[in-house]
Amino acid sequence: MKNLTRFTMLVTACFVLAACASKDPAPVEPAEPMEAKPTRPAEPTVTAVDPTDYTDPRNLDRGDSLLSRRVVYFDFDQARIKPEYRDIIAAHATYLGANGGARITLEGHADERGTREYNLGLGERRGNAVSDLIDAQGASASQLSVVSYGEERPANNCSQERCWSQNRRVEIVYTSQQ
Amino acid sequence: MRNFFKHACAAFCMFSSVALAQDDVVIVITPSGEAAVPIAVVPFAWSAETALREVDVTKVVTDDLSRSGQFRTLPMADMIERPSRPSDVNYGTWRRLNVDYLVIGEVTGSDTLGYGIRMHLLNVTTGDALLSLEFSSRAGGMRYTAHHIADTVYEALLDVPGFFRTRLVYVTRSGEGDNTEFSLMVADADGYGPQPVVRSKEPLLSPAWAPDGRSVAYVSFEKGNSSIYTQELASGQRQLVASFKGINGAPAFSPDGKKLALALSRSGNLEIYVMDLATRRTVQLTRHFGIDTEPAWSPDGRYVYFTSDRGGRPQIYRVEPRSGAEAERITRQGEYNARASMSPDSSQLVLVHGNDNNYKIALLDTERNILRTISDGPLDESPSFAPNGRMVLYASRRGTQGVLSAVPIYGAAAAGQTAHQLIFADGDIREPAWSPIRQ
Repeated sequence: MKNLTRFTMLVTACFVLAACASKDPAPVEPAEPMEAKPTRPAEPTVTAVDPTDYTDPRNLDRGDSLLSRRVVYFDFDQARIKPEYRDIIAAHATYLGANGGARITLEGHADERGTREYNLGLGERRGNAVSDLIDAQGASASQLSVVSYGEERPANNCSQERCWSQNRRVEIVYTSQQ
Repeated sequence: MRNFFKHACAAFCMFSSVALAQDDVVIVITPSGEAAVPIAVVPFAWSAETALREVDVTKVVTDDLSRSGQFRTLPMADMIERPSRPSDVNYGTWRRLNVDYLVIGEVTGSDTLGYGIRMHLLNVTTGDALLSLEFSSRAGGMRYTAHHIADTVYEALLDVPGFFRTRLVYVTRSGEGDNTEFSLMVADADGYGPQPVVRSKEPLLSPAWAPDGRSVAYVSFEKGNSSIYTQELASGQRQLVASFKGINGAPAFSPDGKKLALALSRSGNLEIYVMDLATRRTVQLTRHFGIDTEPAWSPDGRYVYFTSDRGGRPQIYRVEPRSGAEAERITRQGEYNARASMSPDSSQLVLVHGNDNNYKIALLDTERNILRTISDGPLDESPSFAPNGRMVLYASRRGTQGVLSAVPIYGAAAAGQTAHQLIFADGDIREPAWSPIRQ
């Protein structure tokens, strides 16, 4: 029985290999991809980056791509992710799913109202909220880390809502891009 | 900053006495209310052989008593007589000046041999000497001795220990952007002689005193994430005690100094733990998906009070580490109560009481469940009791500058509640904690 199984697997493997071989008329040789490479830069598709291709590392720094947006803002004493940030978070999740070596740190922040230690907790809760959503959309937990700075690193330093709204945030920081 | 400081000073000088402790620290004392004890500290006679009077003893004693809010000190200009011995005192003169008590004294000795300070505390009404004491001091120790004299006067008249020989720990932030520097500082309770404990480019926060006053615990971000250190002040020797994954925050020494309550999120959620400092073993006190932080011990070590938003918004709860019973909610006044600490006599909690835009310091009478605010807001934080429970120290914001304030909270002195001690410093000053009485 065992032998029969093994035989069947072998036959199947041969069939698959043959099928592959038949699609590609050139024999599999190490030199072959080397020869193909020089033709790549000449391809016209290279310059036209699709900003909605969230698997493409080049989009991380392109202003027209959601991947270049790295800050998620929150309401006062809240860690609920507002609908307008879901697309940004989904784009980063797609990127991390496609680029297994990429790593991000989610830096959670709070505005100055309330006590410092409570705000450390609030910053972490916001970081976790973004992390959980990215995790649920295809990234792996090992790619994500969360650090909370509470109210200690404000983006803007004034005691008014215009600053506070900028300070209640999670910053997505790439520590490794690919 | 200098200009702001000068203006602030000019504004206060009109009705306050200002003590220059150091170039960058100014203490502004608002006169005490009518109910405060009227006292005159007469300039001590100097027969000591000294090239330089390193410390104005009389001024230190006067400022200490004024700062406490419990004494109304007679301005020196009103002292038409300057006795230094009880036999020289003309009591009628002081009665006419409406002074109840008189402190007089003289300083003898020399720079090389050290000084002797003889002081007398006199009851103006009866003519009795309440205290006649002799202090000895090395050169360099005069300021401490002056605080000691103030402490003995305070205790003799109020029957509780004074707090003038204590210290403050606090955090300053200076510079902007990449030049931002955080410093953990220790200074005398009157703001004199600030010394850096540690400096860092990364945030420092939540300093807490060990009960013996010899070391502090604090949170540092120098490793990227938050970590908790303990540091002996005299030697500078420090130890990393908590650097788990997630938040390591809010250290609080137990009353016996053997344990540290802290807030850790190593489980994935912020919870209260107690660490045995000898074995470094931790015991988890809370288990709830809410934010649990800011633990504070009751003076008997029986309870740990903490902030939790398990009910929706932050409120104060407490647990009993030994029983392991469910957390009990303590505050129900308003929508935001946080960072509680308990008075030395266990009768009240001081905490941050707030709404969306206004955060004030409040006292909660735990027996009668009455809460009263003792500061004006809008962004007041980090309250702590003086070691004798008679004042509360906290941080507030004036524009983009941080300021420390102390307010008397006890008896007659608390009635007016306007008496403040303000320390202005260059840069941003925050998170003060008042040391225990030196042992």
